[in-house]
Amino acid sequence: MSTEPRGKRPGRPSIGSGNEPSGRRPQKMTTGRFGLYAFLVITAAFFLTPLYVMLATSLKSMPEIREGNLLSWPIAPTVAAWVKAWSTACTGLNCTGLQVGFMNSVRILVPSVLLSISVGAVTGYTLSFWRPRGAEILFGALMMVAFVPYQVFIYPLVRIFSYAGLNNSLAGIVVVHTIFGLPTMTLIFRNHFAALPNELFRAARVDGAGFWRIFGQIMLPMAVPIIVVAMILQVTGIWNDFIFGLVFAGRENLPMTVQLNNIVNSTQGEREYNVDMAATMLTALVPLAVYFFSGRWFVRGIAAGAVKG
Amino acid sequence: MKSSHINAQIALLPAILIALVVYCGTTGWTIWISFTNSRMLPSSVMVGWRNYLSLIGNERWVVSVTNLFVFGALFISAALVLGFLLAAMIDRHVRAESLFRSVFLYPFSMSFIVTGLAWRWLLDPTLGIEKLAHAIGFSWFHFDWLVRPDRVIYTLVLAAVWHAAGLVMAILLAGLRGIDGEIWKAARVDGLPVWRTYISVILPMLTGSFATATLLLATSVVRLYDLSVAMTNGGPGVASEVPAKFVMDHLFERANVGLATAAASTMLVTIVAVAAPWLYYQQRGRRT
Amino acid sequence: MPARSDVSIRGVEISYGPVRVLERLDLEIAQSEFLVLLGPSGCGKSTLLNAIAGLTDVDDGQIWIGGTNVTWHEPKDRGIAMVFQSYALYPRMTVRGNMSFGLRVAGAPKADIERRVREAAEMLRITDLLERKPSELSGGQRQRVAIGRALVRDAGVFLLDEPLSNLDAQLRAELRVEIKRLHQRLGATMIYVTHDQIEALTLADRIAVMKDRRIQQLGSPDDVYLRPANKFVATFVGSPAMGFLLGKLGTDPSAPMFEAPGVKVPLTGYAFAERPVAGQGVELGIRPEHVLHGDGDIAADVEMVEPMGSDKLAWLRIGEQPLSIRLPAETPVARGDRLHLKLPAHRLNLFDAASGQRL
Ligand SMILES: Nc1ncnc2c1ncn2[C@@H]1O[C@H](COP(=O)(O)OP(=O)(O)O)[C@@H](O)[C@H]1O
Ligand SMILES: [Mg+2]
Repeated sequence: MSTEPRGKRPGRPSIGSGNEPSGRRPQKMTTGRFGLYAFLVITAAFFLTPLYVMLATSLKSMPEIREGNLLSWPIAPTVAAWVKAWSTACTGLNCTGLQVGFMNSVRILVPSVLLSISVGAVTGYTLSFWRPRGAEILFGALMMVAFVPYQVFIYPLVRIFSYAGLNNSLAGIVVVHTIFGLPTMTLIFRNHFAALPNELFRAARVDGAGFWRIFGQIMLPMAVPIIVVAMILQVTGIWNDFIFGLVFAGRENLPMTVQLNNIVNSTQGEREYNVDMAATMLTALVPLAVYFFSGRWFVRGIAAGAVKG
Repeated sequence: MKSSHINAQIALLPAILIALVVYCGTTGWTIWISFTNSRMLPSSVMVGWRNYLSLIGNERWVVSVTNLFVFGALFISAALVLGFLLAAMIDRHVRAESLFRSVFLYPFSMSFIVTGLAWRWLLDPTLGIEKLAHAIGFSWFHFDWLVRPDRVIYTLVLAAVWHAAGLVMAILLAGLRGIDGEIWKAARVDGLPVWRTYISVILPMLTGSFATATLLLATSVVRLYDLSVAMTNGGPGVASEVPAKFVMDHLFERANVGLATAAASTMLVTIVAVAAPWLYYQQRGRRT
Repeated sequence: MPARSDVSIRGVEISYGPVRVLERLDLEIAQSEFLVLLGPSGCGKSTLLNAIAGLTDVDDGQIWIGGTNVTWHEPKDRGIAMVFQSYALYPRMTVRGNMSFGLRVAGAPKADIERRVREAAEMLRITDLLERKPSELSGGQRQRVAIGRALVRDAGVFLLDEPLSNLDAQLRAELRVEIKRLHQRLGATMIYVTHDQIEALTLADRIAVMKDRRIQQLGSPDDVYLRPANKFVATFVGSPAMGFLLGKLGTDPSAPMFEAPGVKVPLTGYAFAERPVAGQGVELGIRPEHVLHGDGDIAADVEMVEPMGSDKLAWLRIGEQPLSIRLPAETPVARGDRLHLKLPAHRLNLFDAASGQRL
């Protein structure tokens, strides 16, 4: 490969005698670089395929699904399956569509997100700045729980809840999300506050501010970014929850994921793959929207929730 | 005692309550029930290790545990390898970097239910990719792993890797970006080829990121439940059962609370045996 | 300002876990005094200051401010104000918000707050900055605001924890003068932490040199500079550093003499703190600017010459031992020259070779 030196303008006297490289290095596509892009593009195609297939299937009619192939774009795209999934799809004999689950998920989501973030923020703040006795032990216990399978807690919790009258209620599922969101929420707030200069806290104490005023007027305004991160984590986490919704929400409040699974597994009549896929897409829409609109913040959320300890 | 410190104690009350009642209390309760003969209704008749013995003899439990180890090993290693490859490649100043990153990470934002249903459809033995292969002429192509008891667990691995590889990529990419650029200059001056630099220099510097990623993946392995429910519902037969699902089914459908709690306690003990030394090590590392 | 603002630290002990940071520390700071706590980093200066402020609880001992035992008082109730090394400005508040926060917390009348912020801002010439956020200020401006926040509190005791160490040399000199002026104008008691001996020497009425959980010396800047209590203080204070010669005391008690190979220094005129023991091993310390040359009887070879602008520092060797001398810039010396030194007795510092204590 001849490397003709570039970057010399005509009329400008050349430096040196002749052919040695000068100026900007020529860009060349090496085999390594080509392989790298090929790998990335193929992997990207693999990652996109399920989403594409879901979308294509949801826009097809059943005959086209049976005859055509998986990857083809629908000949006559129709949103009929989406409409059906949203408003008339059946679970058992109940044919009110996913909209019920959607509304339930929203009703669960809003209070759960607010409550879990509030408790986590206060706990994280207290642990980082006030360090009361036993703080280390409490934090250790919280971190331990982050790894423990939920199955260990579920049965006694169901019993406690039914005793307290929280079973199968909106309040119950909100409390459950708060309980199991606590480790991660505490962790990210604690880490955020621990990274702030301790002198700030001291300055506020000298200024006479007490526990809640330091929290509300000094620390919380500085925690806005981490609150956004916490919201992203909790909104996607709670929306995507299946097991708690199944166990604690009760028949009246089943979240969208549970209802989706019921619709897809409903044995009534012939399976309608287009409706199933439309329902699946509908359920995925909220977290996908959060993901695409939050951009780098989503990654920050992963990083914040990932630094255990 | 200063008043602010009393406030601090009060503020911690919810966390303390949750830790005591929910975490410690229910764990103890679960362990206690596992030694009783509770079936559908709780009972306080102690039966010693009987539930644990029947657990060991329970074929479905044995399959579940085996599945968990096979799934865990394959899923964690595949996700780490794929995630590292993607991170390293994206780190090579590729064009459309953020587009690639978004594409690799988006599955992670979706639930296991959605993931499971999507892959269940893709791998459908009659209408899925097998039909696609036949349609484009590969009539010899046969892919029915979703309904083959000896292969179905690999389909769960496939779906889970698709779901989580982006997570690994994001964590490792953050680690890579945190590496001092002068390391690369030093390696270039030393004449190390790029791949060699990654293997011998960069990889050892990423141990922290790898540990984090492994921890997150391992947690999701232990909690594996929704994916199995959505994709196969444990089938065919019990071929894709997992421990979490074993517990849930015995708690709520099969009404064998004693056996379910014995299974849950076994899971707990295993986790604690693995996680406690790790946590201890971490705590000490932070202090020094 | 409260009528009294003297500070008394009585037998204070503080540990972090098993690590003891302060050990039975006593310190009396008079009304309106400017006391500097000087010491290497990690010696417990900030810990002591935080204890005075009530930000760190003491394990033992008492802290009195203005004649009141405040050991268990909240920081806000101690009549103190504090300035921090990292400024610790509240990032989401304007300069005005920062300065007035303490008064607002205390529920002071609006007009009062307004007036006090204005006065403090004028004093520090930051009136133009009042509506800005801390992120829009330079380092020097931030530190002025941090001082302003303390001024507004109208406290009797000011605690300053390395307030200038994040600034560049020029700003540091400028603000040093400013702080000195404020002290003269307010007449408040100031306790100022630094590891920079120049700051200590220029600002202090008295300096407390700290190391190893204790106060090593408490005295005026002159005391500390000219009569260091031990070898640590002698080494830590002064730049360029004091030079040392290892030797022993002569055996004739009527004419005390310092003896080392190639060196004999008569000590008549040296103010011994305690009666010297003949033959005792000692270290002789002398500051480079106190070494005289020309007609002395100590032969020294010049090894290196370091110009320092207004003067120069010559590194010498006497026998086997190094020593330095400060000379006017125009003195013609070069490597390899031989000087004849004289070490005047009243400029010397003698330390016990074993304990390091001043003799
Ligand atoms: N919160 C703390 N926990 C444990 N050790 C501490 C803490 N704060 C300070 N120390 C230790 O106490 C000693 C004195 O610290 P400090 O008072 O900050 O020193 P200085 O201000 O003189 O540099 C140091 O050795 C430091 O490591
Ligand atoms: Mg300090």
